[in-house]
Amino acid sequence: MHELALMEGVVRALERTAEEKGLKRITKVKLVVGKFTAALPDCLRFCFSLLTEDSLLEGAELEIEETEVIGKCRVCGGEFEVAQSFRCPTCRSQQVDIVRGRELYVDYIEGE
Amino acid sequence: MKIILKRDILEANTAEAEGNRRAFREHGVFVVNLMSSPGSGKTTLLEKTLERLGKSFRMAVIEGDLYTSHDAERIEGRGVPVVQINTEGGCHLDARMVAAAMAELDLARLDLLFIENVGNLVCPAAFDLGEDLKVIILSTTEGNDKVVKYPIMFRDADVVILNKADLLPHVDFDVDVLRRDLGEINPEIPVFTMSAKTGSGVEAWCRWLEGVVRRGDRAVENRK
Repeated sequence: MHELALMEGVVRALERTAEEKGLKRITKVKLVVGKFTAALPDCLRFCFSLLTEDSLLEGAELEIEETEVIGKCRVCGGEFEVAQSFRCPTCRSQQVDIVRGRELYVDYIEGE
Repeated sequence: MKIILKRDILEANTAEAEGNRRAFREHGVFVVNLMSSPGSGKTTLLEKTLERLGKSFRMAVIEGDLYTSHDAERIEGRGVPVVQINTEGGCHLDARMVAAAMAELDLARLDLLFIENVGNLVCPAAFDLGEDLKVIILSTTEGNDKVVKYPIMFRDADVVILNKADLLPHVDFDVDVLRRDLGEINPEIPVFTMSAKTGSGVEAWCRWLEGVVRRGDRAVENRK
């Protein structure tokens, strides 16, 4: 349940942003959440609705884009989607870096 | 009005963790983050490790626990400075909690700091604490599927300890399956098989850790 801690950080930061930009309400929040972050979208949604009650984010739409885990092979340079294994499917090397799937950020907000 | 932010959700924690790391480096303190399921034997392992390395390093412990100070009391009995963090139900330690605990310690008088995280194989993975080495303790009673079920934890770990090896004859745990699964996720990771309770295998782990700390071999710098 660290999603609650993550969402608290997001809501606090967005309240500050709204103040800086002179927004009275935030109507939409778009998050990008990689599948290698252990943050579950359903859980993030639940925490978002709890934390935004009676705030300037109340009722805002939360869109979550999930990104797949992509590995890049250091030997052959190939990129591939990681399922259970980090072994390169082309050359079988295990020298693989994670190049996508760790994203965890607020992409944009909409407000008025 | 649409405002593009591209703002990292963990930025506050990351900034705090970098601050911790700077403070640790300035004082030459090597920091080990111990993570596992509840009941894997983290505290017993810690007791044995403190005993064995007591002549080599000046050590301290930060104990993360939901509500109690049971573990901290056990460590205190070893004559090592210990700071308790109670997360009050929180499922992980974060960098801010470690910063507060660190302020209670005299870093100038330390070489090695252990942080015992809350027993949990999911949430602690998301929070950098400013550590140099991530250790996972897995016990033979937990079953063979932990690596496959918690790939993020095991991918990001720097060393795995398989504890409660004295129970291997009595439980369905296959060490070869563990090595095979780790091979697919984190192929070069060292694995130490031991029984912290009987002490068997503790020496190899302590000798390895001693070498890592003396060389200042900070795994965090190569992590991807």
